Amino acid sequence: MSDTQYIYAVARIRVKEKSLLSDADVRSMAAMKSVREVLAFLSDRGWGNGETDQTGDDMLADEEAKTAALMKELKVDPKIFDVLAYPQLYHNLKAAIKENISSDTPDHLYYAVDGYGEKEMRRIVAEKDWKALPEHMQEAAARAFDVMLTNQDGQRCDVIIDRACLDASIRAGRKSGSALLREYEESTTAVTDIKIAVRAQRTGKDQSFLKEALAPCQQLNVRAMAEAAAKDEASLMEYLEGHGFAEAAEAMKDSPSAFERWCDNRVIDTIMPQKTNSVSADPVVAFYLARENEIRTVRIILTAIANGFTEDDILERVRKMYG
Amino acid sequence: MSMGMVFALMGAALATALPGVGSAWGVGMAGQAAAGVVSEDPDQFAKVLLLQLLPGTQGIYGLLVTFITLSQIGILGGDPVQDTATGMLYLFACLPIAIVGLISAYHQGRTSVASIGLVAKKPDQFGKAMLFPAMVETYAILALLISILAVNGI
Repeated sequence: MSDTQYIYAVARIRVKEKSLLSDADVRSMAAMKSVREVLAFLSDRGWGNGETDQTGDDMLADEEAKTAALMKELKVDPKIFDVLAYPQLYHNLKAAIKENISSDTPDHLYYAVDGYGEKEMRRIVAEKDWKALPEHMQEAAARAFDVMLTNQDGQRCDVIIDRACLDASIRAGRKSGSALLREYEESTTAVTDIKIAVRAQRTGKDQSFLKEALAPCQQLNVRAMAEAAAKDEASLMEYLEGHGFAEAAEAMKDSPSAFERWCDNRVIDTIMPQKTNSVSADPVVAFYLARENEIRTVRIILTAIANGFTEDDILERVRKMYG
Repeated sequence: MSMGMVFALMGAALATALPGVGSAWGVGMAGQAAAGVVSEDPDQFAKVLLLQLLPGTQGIYGLLVTFITLSQIGILGGDPVQDTATGMLYLFACLPIAIVGLISAYHQGRTSVASIGLVAKKPDQFGKAMLFPAMVETYAILALLISILAVNGI
């Protein structure tokens, strides 16, 4: 589909962007004293189904459904949106494998993904019908299943599937023809690699673990980062500071929540230029990602207020807004 | 019919056809954007309609030059063109609006799309949003002027 085919969709998105939450809205919500007050504020902004007794979870589920419905209506190339569903797809695979081996069946474990929801994913894993999965998942699924079956090693199973997800996302981003998606997947992979390296360093994982877990991307030399992380925290910080991730290192020194916030803010920085783009699918993708970020931020605020966090604590955790 | 007449008619035809194609492109693109905005915010109809119409002017300029040409070469008036040189003169006189009309209408359409996006987000900025595509119009007007002067000067 040529770029100019998205003119109608982008114009609709421009109007929709007016209703996105701004940084000021987030600050207002952080200052509120109760969950009910936040829900009333959001309801006034058109969130939820308009009923006054709606719970936070229901309201956020409604917003997710509204965004998904809008994206379907705008008929964006599935090649673009399928990539954004990869993390959910791989999550479902992980859940089905673990459930199959450990017979553990907790509720709400699966995402509703077209063609690979709870029922289908359970069937695929139970029958080891790996061919029924998308090609990019087949090898990782078989390997992760064997690891779980032979060693009951849940962590290694996670590493195999997460790495396959990152590799597939970055490949699909490059093939999608969308500049934003390519940049987004590169950025997301770099941020995830940094998160893995930090956690691995703090839990004393060795270099072989890091080599298996870290996905190569353009923004990082994962081999050098793995070596630095295997040495000590100072080496990892030094590597990040010297390779364009000084802010990440700074946030890490600050607190784990500051680092998580930096990770999400970096994604928002990636999509920010789409505010001035009028003729491709990228502004639509940016809006989708902005909505995800918005819903995640509201979830953080609701949870924090429900658990009695102070305004300053909440503000330390909330993300930069696209609106 | 002389070769001169063929060239003169070719010029008249290009003066309408090329800017017409450009205007159709531009108005079509801006129309898609306008429909997108109105589907979410019907109150903006009048504003986005004006922005959609801006790239349509090149087609009208081309039509004007064609009428002037036809009225001089014996189709709607005047004397038929007898020699090849005069026919070529009419052809070249029509080219400024034909070429500039095509290109400027396409780019004005894209600028209108961007301005419609601006109105969608900030309806109170309509005056400024109008100016951006209007700037592109300048070059279509200059080409129109030169084509009219050239055709009248033959």
